[in-house]
Amino acid sequence: FSQLQHHNYISSCRICVITLAEAHPLLQNGKTITSINYQISPNCSRLQNKVSGKSKRGAQFLTELAPLCRISSSDGEEYTIYSCIRGRLIEVNENILSNPAILQEKPSTEGYIAVVLPKFEESKSVTQGLLTQKEYEEVLLKRLNSSSLN
Amino acid sequence: MSLLTEKDRPVVQLLMDTDTCPRCVLRFCCVASQTLYRRPYKDLMKDLKEFLKNNKEKEDTVCFDIADPPCKRIRLEHTEGPGDVNHNGALQQIPSVSDENAAMENSAVKACNVCLGILQEFCEADFVKKVCQKVNSADYQFTSFVFSVSLPPQLSVREHAAWLLVKQEMGKLGLSLARDDIVQLKEAYKWIIHPQLSEELNVPADGKSLFEVSVVFAHPETAEECHFLATACPDCFKPVKNKQSVFTRMAVVKALEKIKEEDFLKHFPCPPSSPKNLCVALEIQCNNGAVFVAGRYNKYSRNLPQTPWIIDGERKLESSVEELISEHLMAEFKADSFNFSSSGREDVDVRTLGNGRPFAIELVNPRRIRFTAEEMKGLQQTINNSSDKIQVRDLQLVTRSAIGRMKEGEEEKTKTYSALIWTDKAIQREDIAFLDDIKELKLDQKTPLRVLHRRPLAVRCRIIHTMKSEYIDEHHFRLHLKTQAGTYIKEFVHGDFGRTKPNIGSLLNRTTDILELDVESVDVDWPPTLDN
Repeated sequence: FSQLQHHNYISSCRICVITLAEAHPLLQNGKTITSINYQISPNCSRLQNKVSGKSKRGAQFLTELAPLCRISSSDGEEYTIYSCIRGRLIEVNENILSNPAILQEKPSTEGYIAVVLPKFEESKSVTQGLLTQKEYEEVLLKRLNSSSLN
Repeated sequence: MSLLTEKDRPVVQLLMDTDTCPRCVLRFCCVASQTLYRRPYKDLMKDLKEFLKNNKEKEDTVCFDIADPPCKRIRLEHTEGPGDVNHNGALQQIPSVSDENAAMENSAVKACNVCLGILQEFCEADFVKKVCQKVNSADYQFTSFVFSVSLPPQLSVREHAAWLLVKQEMGKLGLSLARDDIVQLKEAYKWIIHPQLSEELNVPADGKSLFEVSVVFAHPETAEECHFLATACPDCFKPVKNKQSVFTRMAVVKALEKIKEEDFLKHFPCPPSSPKNLCVALEIQCNNGAVFVAGRYNKYSRNLPQTPWIIDGERKLESSVEELISEHLMAEFKADSFNFSSSGREDVDVRTLGNGRPFAIELVNPRRIRFTAEEMKGLQQTINNSSDKIQVRDLQLVTRSAIGRMKEGEEEKTKTYSALIWTDKAIQREDIAFLDDIKELKLDQKTPLRVLHRRPLAVRCRIIHTMKSEYIDEHHFRLHLKTQAGTYIKEFVHGDFGRTKPNIGSLLNRTTDILELDVESVDVDWPPTLDN
């Protein structure tokens, strides 16, 4: 699936919130979520992430391709949500475990996936690597056009 | 207090022969009369030489005119003459007493081998004048002074050596001499110099004074004298950063307490050698204790940070609450710097209304310290005239302990707010009325995302005591709230991605956001209200 499945919200303080992007399959009509799993490997559960202090010591460090969670839908599909940015994992959203509906109803706010804090030196390059809303829409448009041409 | 008596004779002889100054001689003879030390140097020198000349029959004839109770120690016959040395290996042969006449003709004062000149030149009127010139030119306002002196560590070593020397000498007479019996050098120095400084400056010396005159003395010639202690007592000397010397006064004193007498005598000459030079006064500095100004401030701008907002050396927003208030205080009090603190704070875009927020400013090293109530009022007016973004009230001088009361307020006292709220779905009056009935609402607030980069991740339990809503239209209403200290109001309104629960959005089952926030009151009853 597309690399642009995630949407990052960055406040001026460098904090990034990872959410599902508009075009993500899970947000399209007809999909029902059956499970959300933060255990991404036998040794690693994002739920075990513990941070302490201002500098968030102890945080799991994420690279672009680090999986955050795996979500299964009723039609048998499984989607892996990736971090897409480098940084320390601050927290994952446990609310979606108890209430998966908000992931689809409010994907950009209460249904967020995770909060990540990039390294101070890297925060600028992280921001530059993202697309603005407008740029994102252009990419989607291009995709639609190219697929309709096939 | 004790006079110089027969038993002191050998000690006086011993010390004078090795170029110890008269005042140090008196100290090692445990003479505690302050007036004696204040006598002019030449006179003391003469008196001691007289004392040495006098034979046994003329005891107590020297002009030490303070009547003292008789010495309780046993007085034995003086059996040893000058030059008689029979001590343990390290002590040197003492030369015979030099011709008295020759000594009198020699007008140049030799540097004392114990105090290195502190009780000599640095007690003289010239030095006093130098210090007072510095004080007067620094233009401070003060009603008393405390004079603090920093002595080079090698003085402690020399003192220790002199003590061992005198102790041994007195041991021959069957007398003991504890370290504490000797008059301390700093004490004697202050006895002599305080009255002189006091007279020149026209104010009394007072140990508790906030105005400090400090002098640092150094003696580079003997700077390395203490180094042997590092090998003898290595654990007394901790490694030090910033190129500072590891031989601090405290470390040296500690080592001297630990080191065994034999080891000391192996490494250090006893009596101490005569230096070529006197000490030098490195710096004379003045410092006034901090004063504290308190008050309450109102903030009327939605574009003003509390403290300067500077990122990467670039100022992001012009000015700040603390600068607008402190600027004038710094100028009036003529301080070096300030520390601003307040009972909590508000965001850049939040106004502070009502009686305002308590604050206190510490003014560091102020030149001016006294202001009347009238002058403070005038200062308050000046600040208020200079800006419409902030206003201050109840401006007054307070003590340092008052800061604690203000910080108490930050943790414990309630605040009231007024928030302008937007909703996505329409609301009618009935939809928000129920908010008024909610009392003591408990919230769980995770550290807001907007501050998460500089605060630890945590969950805070906070209470919304009361709420009062004011309907405006289908998408707006105003909410007045009274909350526990430390509640994040903005997050309570919009929910912060669901990380503050409950929140207005969840209570109304809508998406909500906050458009405006005002602090209506900070419920702290400090500082005292003045009749403005």
